[in-house]
Amino acid sequence: MIDLQSVAYNYGGRELFSGVSLSITPGSFHFLTGPSGAGKTTLLKLCYLELMATSGRVSVFGRDAAQMTRDDIARSRSRIGVVHQDCQFLDHLPVIENVALPLTVNGKDPESARGDLESLLAWVGLSHQADRRPPELSGGERQRAALARAVINAPDVILADEPTGNVDWDMSQRLLSLLVELNRMGTAIMVATHDLNLIRAAKAQVNTRTLRIADRRLISAGADL
Amino acid sequence: MTIASFRGFLLGDAQADRAVPPTGFTASLTVFAAAAMSFLAVFALALSLTTERIAERWSAELARTATVRIAAPAGQIQAQTEAALNVLRTTPGVAVARVLSTEEQQALLTPWFGPDLPIDTLPLPQLIEIEEGGEGLDAEGLRLRLSAEVPGAVFDDHARWRAPLVQAADRLRALGLFSLVLIGATTAVMITLAANAALSANAQVIWVMRLVGARDVYIARAFVRRFTLRALFGATVGTALAALAVAFLPGEATRDGFLTGLGFEGLEWAWLPAIPLLAAFVAFWATRMAAFRTLKELT
Repeated sequence: MIDLQSVAYNYGGRELFSGVSLSITPGSFHFLTGPSGAGKTTLLKLCYLELMATSGRVSVFGRDAAQMTRDDIARSRSRIGVVHQDCQFLDHLPVIENVALPLTVNGKDPESARGDLESLLAWVGLSHQADRRPPELSGGERQRAALARAVINAPDVILADEPTGNVDWDMSQRLLSLLVELNRMGTAIMVATHDLNLIRAAKAQVNTRTLRIADRRLISAGADL
Repeated sequence: MTIASFRGFLLGDAQADRAVPPTGFTASLTVFAAAAMSFLAVFALALSLTTERIAERWSAELARTATVRIAAPAGQIQAQTEAALNVLRTTPGVAVARVLSTEEQQALLTPWFGPDLPIDTLPLPQLIEIEEGGEGLDAEGLRLRLSAEVPGAVFDDHARWRAPLVQAADRLRALGLFSLVLIGATTAVMITLAANAALSANAQVIWVMRLVGARDVYIARAFVRRFTLRALFGATVGTALAALAVAFLPGEATRDGFLTGLGFEGLEWAWLPAIPLLAAFVAFWATRMAAFRTLKELT
């Protein structure tokens, strides 16, 4: 679904990483680790086409990213659920409408998915915050809302950047369970995280692959966990 | 734009409209700019139409009449006037040839010399007024016959008065139309600036919408619809106010007076509804172009 072949990315004249090859296939579950500033977020952005590789080839759902129009990118993103590190929302809309946004921008009636929306909000523990505005939520609540928004449209791939960074252990386990459940249904998952306990907990439930960005290269890191 | 998409545009998408937060300042700016520009457009249109109407009227009246002036020694004036009348009576296209009376000639000179001019003591030429018939007359042929048969006669078909008048009217009308184009362009510029401001103020909204898969056309539509409807509303108000102002301008004291004749007559009023529609059209394209350009810059 998402393939990176010998990808390099330069930022401010500096090479962030190069020679990165990665394939996200249906049902796969990847963790991405590495020190801060190594390029985890950048690698995710290349996958959801917010950034374009300096060299190499990125293909998303069989299409070469370099050849995609803005509409092609939008169509691809409607099949990718993104949990962004800083969890941005439309602050003037209530949480439930923010979570429903991937449906509405793709022409689906959120009222017809009202039941799914309410179930999902209950699952991430935000039932009572459904009508509140995002600025009224705590950091953890915002991350849960972001995860709910990422999964509402039943995407083929979920890319999550530190999705448990602001939540307690219990909630991180609940969020992981949601990701695992989606993965078992065939959704490919890629999570960038520093949280080794989260990775270990996931490994106990599903088959995962852990990658590390180090020294500007992407390496397999399964052995040291 | 198909009928279905036009209908969809008018009815709007409640979800898309809600996604873009209200922008109070730019909303007021757009409404005010559209109202002010439409107000001015009504006057530019009135100027253009009035100029055309009055020039046509003057031109038509002058074109239907001509003058023969008999300048001869006092003893020959009567004879040459008779000779000129004979020529005119036998000239095709001359409907009426009438010798102006002393009182009529005095009335013509009164604006210049006052009412006490002793006209009968002055060696003034005799004037003959000619009205053309429906088929028109051959001015050059008549001029040649008069110069051959009435040596003191000078034929004036008013062409030298009419040409500068028509030229001036054409220029005024062109100026009026150019003003309309300028007003349209200024409206487009102001709405573009307001739309850019609104788009920049909503950069985060746009980023989030793009992140969850919104296409540019979906995001742009919310802005375009909002600005188009604001421009339509503002222009409707501006046009209505200007129409009232024109309707209550001082009446025509003299039918051919330019200042007192400024306004619309009959079917000319039907042009006015076109102004808000044109403003909405300009706003639609200005916002659409600004939106797509800004979307590319922002995301």
